Amino acid sequence: MATIWQSLELLIVKGLPTTILLTLGLLGAGILLGFPIAFAQVYGYRPLRWFCRGYEQLFRGIPALVLILILHSGLARSFNILLPAFTSALIALGLRSSAYQSQIFRGAIQSVSQGQMMAARALGMSKIQAIRYIILPQAFRLSIPPWTNEFSSVLKDTSLASAIGVLELTKQGTLIFTRIQFVMGVKYVLVILILVAFVYLVLTYAGNAALGFLENRLRIPGFEMKGKVER
Amino acid sequence: MNEPQSSVPSDVILKVEDLHKSYGDNHVLRGVSMQMRRGETKVVIGPSGTGKSTLLRCINQLSVPDSGRVWLGDKEITCHRENINCIRAEIGFVFQSFNLFTHLNALANVRIGPMKVKGMKKDAATRLAMEELERVGLADKVDAYPAELSGGQQQRVSIARALAMFPKLMLFDEPTSALDPELIGEVLEVMVSLAREGMTMLVVSHEMGFARSVADEIIFMESGGILEQGPPEEFFTAPKEKRTREFLSKITELYGE
Repeated sequence: MATIWQSLELLIVKGLPTTILLTLGLLGAGILLGFPIAFAQVYGYRPLRWFCRGYEQLFRGIPALVLILILHSGLARSFNILLPAFTSALIALGLRSSAYQSQIFRGAIQSVSQGQMMAARALGMSKIQAIRYIILPQAFRLSIPPWTNEFSSVLKDTSLASAIGVLELTKQGTLIFTRIQFVMGVKYVLVILILVAFVYLVLTYAGNAALGFLENRLRIPGFEMKGKVER
Repeated sequence: MNEPQSSVPSDVILKVEDLHKSYGDNHVLRGVSMQMRRGETKVVIGPSGTGKSTLLRCINQLSVPDSGRVWLGDKEITCHRENINCIRAEIGFVFQSFNLFTHLNALANVRIGPMKVKGMKKDAATRLAMEELERVGLADKVDAYPAELSGGQQQRVSIARALAMFPKLMLFDEPTSALDPELIGEVLEVMVSLAREGMTMLVVSHEMGFARSVADEIIFMESGGILEQGPPEEFFTAPKEKRTREFLSKITELYGE
């Protein structure tokens, strides 16, 4: 029993911080890149739209693990560019998540009714101002529910970083069981893996709860895009 | 101040010259010319699909006309050297579907234009917005979000939003067509008092009562052009064109006197 508690403590102290840091980094990168890409896809000029579309297709079309391996092992072996494992994982998963998030934001932007942009321009706002003050705040609120989904998949995908040796939850878990199975017996492999799964579960639950709270806080009476009077 | 151009007399607020607009094969505006003097109210009527709304949109360039010219005072809107945002800030636009900003309450809807377009300080803009909302009879609804307001109230907020920019000209695009019948009156009331206060207004509407009581001129549009125009007493009692008479009798049937 004591060993299980020690293992859990080790996971939380030595694995969890990296997982959380990586998740936050990915979500941040996803927002920072995803929002501009989404806006460029909706409002940008043609070449920019094409570029963003290509970007999004490319990074949504490659498996996350392959992308991680390319950026880490691939670059190191072929070009002698050795990125630290954490950085490689951050970049690879960040590119991927920004591509997914851009589509969430694009959907949200496109579901803001056309009349909103028209009314803003009619007041004398520039296109940029209209996006900043009218479209963005509405799109942001609309994107929280689908974004919650992306949050949990990003969180869980950080486990792929273990493949190149980033010491996050999953990697820490495998390190623990490889050591303790010789002392405690092989059945502990399963116990440790279940512990790892449990920590992910708690994290996902807590994150979703926080986002649900945010969604409620930002809720505006009848924000269901009521456009017309019923007649 | 710039000297007004000699071609445009100084009390002419709006001048439209030979406006053309097509959407694909659909030639919606076929050479519309008109002008409005300060303080005038003109009501545009005509069958649907004749370009009434397109005319309004082409005036403030929400739709860019294919050819023709538009002046607001002495500034040519259709000239690319003019900053379109500055000109639009001087033209109030009221939409059929209100288009209030759904994430902002009534006060913020009215305040955002003066603040973001004109750079007004927040407390000054708030005071102004309160005044404008009072003017349209909604002082008690400042905190309400659009979805919490009736259609008539939403349209009045949207009028207040336009007024807060101190427009030289107000364009109304069928402002009561999306409203339940019992809500039309409150919006028309606001528009009537605006017209009486001397606002320059170009209104697309089939509210004949409104047209009769405040319009200086009725403009009848058909097939993308102005077929007939004149002061309401003349226009309603002795329309010159056969097509105008037909349309008027249909309208009377539908809406009553």
